[in-house]
Amino acid sequence: MDMGASLPPVLPEMVLLGGAVGTLLAGSFVARDRQWIVRSAAIGVLLISGGFALAGPAGLIHPGKSVFTGTFTPDAATGAVRLTVIIATLLVIGLGRAELAGTPRESETYTLLLLGGLGADVVAGASDLLVLAVGFLLASIPLYALIGMTRTRAAAEATLKTYLLGALLGIVMLVGVTILTSASGESRYTDLAARLPTAPAGLVAAGGLAVLAGLLFKAGGVPGHFWVPDAAQGAGTPAAAFVTTIPKIGALVAIYRLVEALPDDAHMRLLVAILAGASMTLGNLAAFFQTDPRRLLGWSTVSQVGYLLIPIAALGHSALAEPALLLYLAGYAASNITAFAVIAAEPERRTLTDYRGLSAHRPWLAGALLVALLSLAGTPPTAVFVGKLTVFTAGWQAGYAWLVLLAVLNSVASLFYYLRWIGPTFTTGHTRPDPPPKPAAKATAPIVGAAAILILGLAAGLVLRAVTATG
Amino acid sequence: MLTVIIFLPLLVAAVLALLPNTATSDRVARWAWLVLTLAEVVLVGLLWAGYSAPPAGQLAAGQHVAWLPGVGVSYTVGVDGLSLPLIALTAVIFTACAAYAWREQHRPRAQAALFCFLQSMCLGIFAAGDLIIFFVFFDLSIVGMYFSILRWGHGQAARSALKFFLYTFLGSLVMLAGFIGLYVAAAPHTFDMAQLVRQAPLNGSGWTGGAVLAAIVIGLAIKTPTVPFHTWLPPAHTDAPAVGSAVLAGVMLKMGTYGFVRIAMPMLPQAWRDWAWILLAVGIVSALYGALVALAQNNLKRMIAYTSVNHMGYVLMALGAAGLLSGSTTGRQIAVTGAVVQMVSHGLITAALFLLAGVLHDRKGSYSLEDYGGLAEPAPRLAGLMAVAAFASLGIPGFSGFIAEFQIFTGSIGTAAVSAVALLGILITAALFLRALQRMLVGPASGRSVGFTDLRRPEITAVGLLMALSLILGVVPRPLNDVIEPAARVVLAQVDR
Repeated sequence: MDMGASLPPVLPEMVLLGGAVGTLLAGSFVARDRQWIVRSAAIGVLLISGGFALAGPAGLIHPGKSVFTGTFTPDAATGAVRLTVIIATLLVIGLGRAELAGTPRESETYTLLLLGGLGADVVAGASDLLVLAVGFLLASIPLYALIGMTRTRAAAEATLKTYLLGALLGIVMLVGVTILTSASGESRYTDLAARLPTAPAGLVAAGGLAVLAGLLFKAGGVPGHFWVPDAAQGAGTPAAAFVTTIPKIGALVAIYRLVEALPDDAHMRLLVAILAGASMTLGNLAAFFQTDPRRLLGWSTVSQVGYLLIPIAALGHSALAEPALLLYLAGYAASNITAFAVIAAEPERRTLTDYRGLSAHRPWLAGALLVALLSLAGTPPTAVFVGKLTVFTAGWQAGYAWLVLLAVLNSVASLFYYLRWIGPTFTTGHTRPDPPPKPAAKATAPIVGAAAILILGLAAGLVLRAVTATG
Repeated sequence: MLTVIIFLPLLVAAVLALLPNTATSDRVARWAWLVLTLAEVVLVGLLWAGYSAPPAGQLAAGQHVAWLPGVGVSYTVGVDGLSLPLIALTAVIFTACAAYAWREQHRPRAQAALFCFLQSMCLGIFAAGDLIIFFVFFDLSIVGMYFSILRWGHGQAARSALKFFLYTFLGSLVMLAGFIGLYVAAAPHTFDMAQLVRQAPLNGSGWTGGAVLAAIVIGLAIKTPTVPFHTWLPPAHTDAPAVGSAVLAGVMLKMGTYGFVRIAMPMLPQAWRDWAWILLAVGIVSALYGALVALAQNNLKRMIAYTSVNHMGYVLMALGAAGLLSGSTTGRQIAVTGAVVQMVSHGLITAALFLLAGVLHDRKGSYSLEDYGGLAEPAPRLAGLMAVAAFASLGIPGFSGFIAEFQIFTGSIGTAAVSAVALLGILITAALFLRALQRMLVGPASGRSVGFTDLRRPEITAVGLLMALSLILGVVPRPLNDVIEPAARVVLAQVDR
């Protein structure tokens, strides 16, 4: 295929890559107190990339078919991932301003954010095992650096844990890639789908499981979840928001594509359903009695991966599976980042009880937190509610009523720990003196995030149509 | 028109929430809340005046806008003989609350905004013509009530609020699972109530229909609440503020029973008939158990809360009896009508009782029956209204409760003679109310009754409004019955399919 003609479909990724290089170079020259220039450049890069992702060649409005001889697929799902990643990254930059502005590593952080976003795009769009492997590395390496950026003891421990687990599961994934490629003779998903049904089922299942393990590390789902709570707690707030959100978006769509390509007799759907149940249950149980909101959110993201795996288990048996996954991903990204944005706006409050009296002190911020947490629990009319509704429906249609019931019970359980945070926030009285009246971080990012959650919930019909009609 | 009625309070809530936090805003908020609730009463009155029973399976004053077309969800609202009385009840109870809370000192603006929000949600539930819209309003009303208990409650408010939220959230999600089951079974897939009623998609599907009905019934039974799902109710009521309790008991408990008539019976007729005996039994047990436990209470609010379990038990009993094909059509129809009348009647009377109980706490900080004696001496108006409300609640002729329970028992006993057992519940309720009145009201003033300030004008207005309506419905039941009966006939025809 003529490379020149197929270049444009990956324009959003090219812009991100160029932007990452540009911010890295610019960061070396710009004075420390003028890094707002780099920040503006990063925001500009994201906006341009978003413009292409929406309206460019093979953007969401006119999604394309696979390109580069079938190794990358800029279809509606990729389009939705690109847009979600870009908006989420913009929110992360917004919430991180207070913590990052003027620090020595500000510019480098933006570079890593852009690279991490690029990695998520590539992982999501890959329709070839080798491209997937490259995307995995591209998406992982910036994460290690991001988590360790604050150079605290906790951050160092989290980085090490993430790195070791990432290295281990990354190698397992490469083994899986090797197995599947040798079983089919090709690495493209179209070839896998065509040739694997005649390959030995045990081999295919083993290979699929190995690749899945690597992707679950990225997604932060059981069994690759151990790094998530440590990273959420130890890293800086913007980094924590980023690493618990953006990699998931890419990885879950990648899992979707992988399961779609593997034959039915490898029983990947059942495996995904079991992992979904394990992930949501384990994440919830672990989140129950956390006292640090960051760690609580870390475990909550593990449980959210469980819900997000349901539509993948329903793949092929419900027309809703793909739109449900994409809608839930967007809603989850907005909700999770908004919750972290509230943490970033109140850096003095480190435990759940510290949030006592927040609603009297900063009502808008408390409102944003309420919207974000209720959304994560799945209360209407928020984004995750519509996500859960469609996900549960898809699961039931595919015959996984037991999984839907488990998810329902888990949703109730999750409400318990979200309320442990909401309760103090809206209770008056003081357990400790108010934080010093120093200029607190602005509440812009949380409020924008909360508005996004509500809009996404109320206008979910439009979103569903955009990803269904064209996809 | 209906959409305006539903969302006008939400609009006012948003405006009130945005006002600056000053004393002037508090004054504005009081007025705004009262004027809004009165305007709602007028609007609902106009709706009622222009109402004529819609054809079977349809809603009057309906509106239909697609929301999630890919999933078959649309914003559909409308009224019929089942929902219109409850919409009117909602408007009235919220008006009483606005009047009662006139003297509220603790963050009155926030409370007014919260209750306006709650009113929107409650109206939305009863007007909903789509399962997901029903669910959305259902869930948001839980969120609103959670904050009412958390922020304005007393005692172990945080704990009770948490228990309330978790328990009813569980109910709502289990119910949602049932809704999804209906959606998946329907062809074409839809959450539209009218279409689901027309299709009755799970008729003849064996155990699936039973399982889906179980999910929906458990969800609604938690909300109602019936035995054994009632344990969240007493602590929630005990620690809730008076207006919160009034709305919770007066309006929100009806969401459960309303769901039975609106969703479970017409959409799953066969499963309802198959399980009618169980539902009837649960109703009878709830009625008796609620009455017996209420008898053992020493806390006035807990006692009233348990009488709610008793009264809601009658409703479920009647609806269960309506599913028994062995009974005569007339008898079962009377039972359904009685169940709806009971929802309205119980709403009025129990809201009044909870507001009166709130006065006790407001003055002396206690609900304990033992703490009061001879209240009639320092507080004759309180004693008088409390006696009237108690007698109305135990079903004395002349008030709406009598009409409701008379219909329920006539219909149920004619269909299933075993329902007569529940008559014991009336006897026990009578005993417990008389005992409570005797302990608290008569004799020389003692304990906390000494120096008790009698009802003030806002409180008299609020309680008087509710009791007057109960009296009117008790003396002139025709207008209400005329609205409900055609709808009850339709429901019964749907159950008999």
